[in-house]
Amino acid sequence: MSAPGYHAVRDGHTVLDPRTAPPFPDAALTVLRNAQLRKNVACATDVIQGKRDRLVAEKADWSQLRDAASAIRAHTLEHLNEYLRQFEEQCTDAGGMVHWAADAEEARAVVLKILREEKADEVIKIKTMTSTEIQLNPFLQEHGIAAHETDLAEIILQLGNDEPSHIVVPALHVNRAQVREIFARTMGLPGLSDDPQALTAAARTYLRKMFLTVPTAISGANYLVAETGGVAIVESEGNGRMCLTLPRTMITLAGIEKVIPRFRDLEVMLQVLARSATGERMNPYTSLWTGVTPGDGPQRFHVVLLDNGRSAMLRREVERQTLKCIRCGACMNTCPVYRQTGGHAYGSVYPGPIGAILTPQLQKLEHAQTLPYASSLCGACYDVCPVKINIPEVLIDLRAQVTEKERESERRFFDPIYLGMLIANWVFASAARFSLAQRAARIGLWLFTRKDGWIHTLPSVGGRWTMTRDLRGMPKETFREWWSKERAR
Amino acid sequence: MVGSMRISLFITCYNDTLFPETGRAVVRLLERLGVEVEFRPAQTCCGQMHANTGFRGEAFSQAKRFVKLYADAETIVIPSSSCVAMIRDQYPGLIAELGNDALRREFESLLPRVHELSEFLVDKLGAEDVGAYFPHRVTYHASCHGLRALLLGDRPFRLLKHVRGLELANLDNVDRCCGFGGTFSVKNAEVSSAMLTAKLQDLQSTRAEFCTALDNSCLMHLGGAMHREFAAMRTIHMAEILASTEAAPAEALA
Repeated sequence: MSAPGYHAVRDGHTVLDPRTAPPFPDAALTVLRNAQLRKNVACATDVIQGKRDRLVAEKADWSQLRDAASAIRAHTLEHLNEYLRQFEEQCTDAGGMVHWAADAEEARAVVLKILREEKADEVIKIKTMTSTEIQLNPFLQEHGIAAHETDLAEIILQLGNDEPSHIVVPALHVNRAQVREIFARTMGLPGLSDDPQALTAAARTYLRKMFLTVPTAISGANYLVAETGGVAIVESEGNGRMCLTLPRTMITLAGIEKVIPRFRDLEVMLQVLARSATGERMNPYTSLWTGVTPGDGPQRFHVVLLDNGRSAMLRREVERQTLKCIRCGACMNTCPVYRQTGGHAYGSVYPGPIGAILTPQLQKLEHAQTLPYASSLCGACYDVCPVKINIPEVLIDLRAQVTEKERESERRFFDPIYLGMLIANWVFASAARFSLAQRAARIGLWLFTRKDGWIHTLPSVGGRWTMTRDLRGMPKETFREWWSKERAR
Repeated sequence: MVGSMRISLFITCYNDTLFPETGRAVVRLLERLGVEVEFRPAQTCCGQMHANTGFRGEAFSQAKRFVKLYADAETIVIPSSSCVAMIRDQYPGLIAELGNDALRREFESLLPRVHELSEFLVDKLGAEDVGAYFPHRVTYHASCHGLRALLLGDRPFRLLKHVRGLELANLDNVDRCCGFGGTFSVKNAEVSSAMLTAKLQDLQSTRAEFCTALDNSCLMHLGGAMHREFAAMRTIHMAEILASTEAAPAEALA
């Protein structure tokens, strides 16, 4: 069944589109067999997580900072309307143009319209995951506009015909030797070495011409400051700074949740972001700009505020937490599931724990229904989240919503887990039934129990367990049987 | 030690069915410490499996049942971290959603009386040395719920440190999940197994004979894999180690 709307296609199949992505377990199976990718992901997440842990530990007031960041984000979301209006007013007063986009289609149309007015056939981009969310690059390409990524990781992916697997470190799954191969092949540099300096020098040369010749740029936003109408971007390479100084036109694409009330809130937000995202005390480049300044930087400035399912998430308090996210990616680096699978298995530009709650909601639970189950609920994500999003709580809530949908499905009784849950509920409602069920299970499992007292193979869902794990056979008596025999005299 | 304390044992559905030796060990241990143990046979399940799989309506019924059953209990001891976490972290939301004020009040008065086994031993009994003897090399798996939801901290280590003969082996990446996650282990069996493999590597490098924990659900997962792979290690619930003495060694050693 094909979903309505625009679909970016590469090599005949859609990529990182939750509407067409395979269920998580199927997608995961493919990557689990890719030893190179898993090694790359494990090494990279170890390094980032190690740095993050060290820098958080050195901050004596981390828990207060975290409380403050969480409070700022929660407060903003409770008054999102007002702060967005204030941002629009301030930004407009400063010479910017604010556009509102209800969904991805509207956002793409707005960007295309601006680029047409600019007569642009090329555009340079600062890393923006939101643009991947709305499939902007392939859309522009279809309309004759070449979008050039300027972030090193994004260049690697663009030239390598690949997709981001992490929101902060999009090419996390690619190692140095692979980068060398991509650059050597696409930049025509057969003698390129895999020395990091040589690789960045190659990227630098590749970029320089674009910075100097392409007059239109697209960025995302880390924060939109309501009080001033300003936009903040943090980055490590200086490519963002280049895009903010040389082009004559800048288009900033930002989700509506990116707003913060006051300029001084950046004090807290920038501290928690840098430490959580890259394990740095401060990121190398922090750019702030407000509207247009004659003679300095882009002279035309547009902000596209994207909803695309976000405002619907404001209604319930549990789900609303999702929008507190500042896209630091710390939850991915610590997640034992992400660490095994990497990001592509999630079938969304937003992978990992935050992706597992954000993506299904952006899709209004019509797609990505397996993502809320792509977690062992270990809680490591909640522990590291700098804005205290209780991700396990949201996962459980979304699972309940998925189940509610399943209750209406005609095929539900063919799902052994669904059926098992209903039977278990009936059994647990009465101790007599439970006791009977225990006896029935003993007889049932006895058929599968080997002489050594262990079960090595089970049918149906049980087979998903015995695939890699044995199960000890049922003991001769349950605890309650022992108790009633020994104790209840 | 406290003499006149009386506890009600909530054994949990899977311990009752699959790991009765853990329950027997809890009874033996607590009685040795002078605690009177009662068992209410009407108990079944806390509802964790239903809640975490998305069967919220069903979890409501288990939660109600639990609160009603233990409303008059002095102290409830549960030898399973994840079930205690279910009651502490998820019951409040479930019960608030039910909107039954009487039930909410009953639950709120009950909650402070619900303890995980190591919490009960260390915080309530003030017993770190429980007089146990277990002459083996043991490593401790900090199950996610014990670690992050209950914040058990060093309680398990303080208990193990006082077990005579026990040699405690340090486990790397002790804060990482073993991959069980309830129905996650079958819904995402492959990823779950990949996580399990990583955990087993850390466990095996401890060269311990036993891996212990305060939650048999993780141990069922780890033990299942150890058995499959003929690993030189077995799992044992900490209650069984703490109950073990020279005169009455753990059942697992029989």
